[in-house]
Amino acid sequence: MRMENVLLRLENISVSFDDDLILNDISLEIKDKEFVTLLGPSGCGKTTTLRIIGGFVNPDAGNVYFNGVIMNDVPPYKRPVNTIFQKYALFPHLNVFENVAFGLRILKKPEKEIKQTVNEMLTLVNLSGFSTRNVSSLSGGQQQRVAIARALAVRPKILLLDEPLGALDLKLRKDMQVELKNIQQQLDITFIYVTHDQEEALSMSDTVVVMDNGCIQQIGSPLDIYNEPKNAFVADFIGESNILDAVMKEDYSVSFAGHIFKCLDSGFAEGEPADAVVRPEDIDLVEPEKGMLSGTVTSVTFRGVHFEIIVDIRGFKWMIQTTDYYPVGMSVGLVIGPDDIHIMKKSEYSGRFGDYSTYSDEIEELSENTEEEV
Amino acid sequence: MKTKKSLLQRYAASPYMVWSVLFVIAPLLFVIYYAFTDRNGTFSFNNFSRMFSGETPKVFVISLAFAFVSTLICLIIAYPLAYSMIKTKKKTQNMLIMLFMLPMWMNFVLRTYAISFLLEDRGLINQLFTSIGLGQIKLINTSGAVIFGMIYNFLPYMLLPIYSVMSKMDKSLIEASEDLGCNRLHTLTKVILPLSIPGIVSGITMVFVPSVSTFYISQKLGPSDFTLIGDEIETEIKSAAGSYNYGSAISFVLMILIFICLIVMNKFSDEDAQGGMLV
Repeated sequence: MRMENVLLRLENISVSFDDDLILNDISLEIKDKEFVTLLGPSGCGKTTTLRIIGGFVNPDAGNVYFNGVIMNDVPPYKRPVNTIFQKYALFPHLNVFENVAFGLRILKKPEKEIKQTVNEMLTLVNLSGFSTRNVSSLSGGQQQRVAIARALAVRPKILLLDEPLGALDLKLRKDMQVELKNIQQQLDITFIYVTHDQEEALSMSDTVVVMDNGCIQQIGSPLDIYNEPKNAFVADFIGESNILDAVMKEDYSVSFAGHIFKCLDSGFAEGEPADAVVRPEDIDLVEPEKGMLSGTVTSVTFRGVHFEIIVDIRGFKWMIQTTDYYPVGMSVGLVIGPDDIHIMKKSEYSGRFGDYSTYSDEIEELSENTEEEV
Repeated sequence: MKTKKSLLQRYAASPYMVWSVLFVIAPLLFVIYYAFTDRNGTFSFNNFSRMFSGETPKVFVISLAFAFVSTLICLIIAYPLAYSMIKTKKKTQNMLIMLFMLPMWMNFVLRTYAISFLLEDRGLINQLFTSIGLGQIKLINTSGAVIFGMIYNFLPYMLLPIYSVMSKMDKSLIEASEDLGCNRLHTLTKVILPLSIPGIVSGITMVFVPSVSTFYISQKLGPSDFTLIGDEIETEIKSAAGSYNYGSAISFVLMILIFICLIVMNKFSDEDAQGGMLV
């Protein structure tokens, strides 16, 4: 891999605002040319982390290193990082060209070079021909592109992106995700990306940093984060999951939901309580008498590619994703293979994310909306 | 296509129309009428020929110059003040605004009297100067006192519009500017200043216009033979032989001069804001 040397290092960073602890002893290493995503619900401290890197917030404790050099007291305008702000923050008194040229003019580059770089950047973001347009006459997506061109024009070592796609509609957001990833690979620089959208994080990043409550919950590749969540919070936040109270019988054997399952996890004490995660798409449905567990279908939702069904097994509501249709009231059996089960140590989050008994589309949508407002 | 409007919608604006006809348009027409007639109501240019043959042109120049100087000083004081105010906490900001507004609740005449007491030969400031051995300095009845009076009375009109534009400015624009390599000075000149021009323009308008036509401040604080254009109008109308005609003519010329000044300024600021930002 080419991402060898550590470009940016955060060391034991803590921040509070008005006695609220926003970041609690965060340490993080970011390698050169890496696409890192800070992922978490609103209020988890991800934006604050980004603002510390940008130089807009001073940590109460801890250090920020860039290429091994401490950067705590370096003001934003001297840092080799640039930011894409949540609301783009384009200068309304300047046209598209002058917005992109802004940083270059401060650097006192010769006019010819400015012209060339700006045109290059506008081509990169597919906005060539928009030079003389007024920024307020652009659509949200176009403004976003201008903001990207403006930040990239000064050739930062690191680009910070603070929920850059939050204000765009779904279709545009998907296109921009691909485009951003392309730009990152084309320019070969480090991106640090903040989002609360787990899908976005999984599809774009080399490394995902899952945060909650001012702490880093897990750092890993998208696959690691999805397949081997460290605790119930990560399992719940990334994708759908059935999280059950379990007891490790011995290595490779775990008991939950009244059944003993084979699994691939070891290293727990005998009889140690743990959390078991079973992803909805990993569960196979069979006839009731052939299943390891059996229960009744209580709800079916068509999702396009698959059906999402809720099965009640001794009061625990499982979510299962299947391409076959099962009507409400039908008895079904569940088969769960050893590699479908992931065992996690008990944490402060254990028991907070249970089954899908309160689950409904409406609640899901409501919570998504409130997240996007912040 | 015409959309149908309810009766209420159609006539809702009529009281204001009546108001503006009665109290804005009609007086304006009267001013013009009086300016171009003599005492008997016959049409004449006498008022104007008298104006330009006498001392009045000089008074015009002095009035405009005084208004210009006091507006400029107001701007020089108010802009950094507003800039430093937005850097403070919201609570402090509200308190500061309150402090600058408080004097405006006091009667204008009273305020100007208070200034004259302060500046008198035996006033508070001169007592202080004498006590520290500087000796008495002539303060009252000087041009400086007039300028000071104008600034004191009109500063809030400059401060408020600039402050309100600055405080509404998107803070992320300032961060974006720092992010792109601007130090504080560059951020001020390249981002904050161009974006606060609308506030500056309305501040200048609101200070310049009353400064040009003030008469009380100059009478109370200026030298005894000192007249501004406002004084001239007042004296003319009050005098025994006086009439509205000559005063109206001066008023009319003043109006045109102010109008020209504002057009020049708007033109100037429009270019700075790269067109269409204002108005």
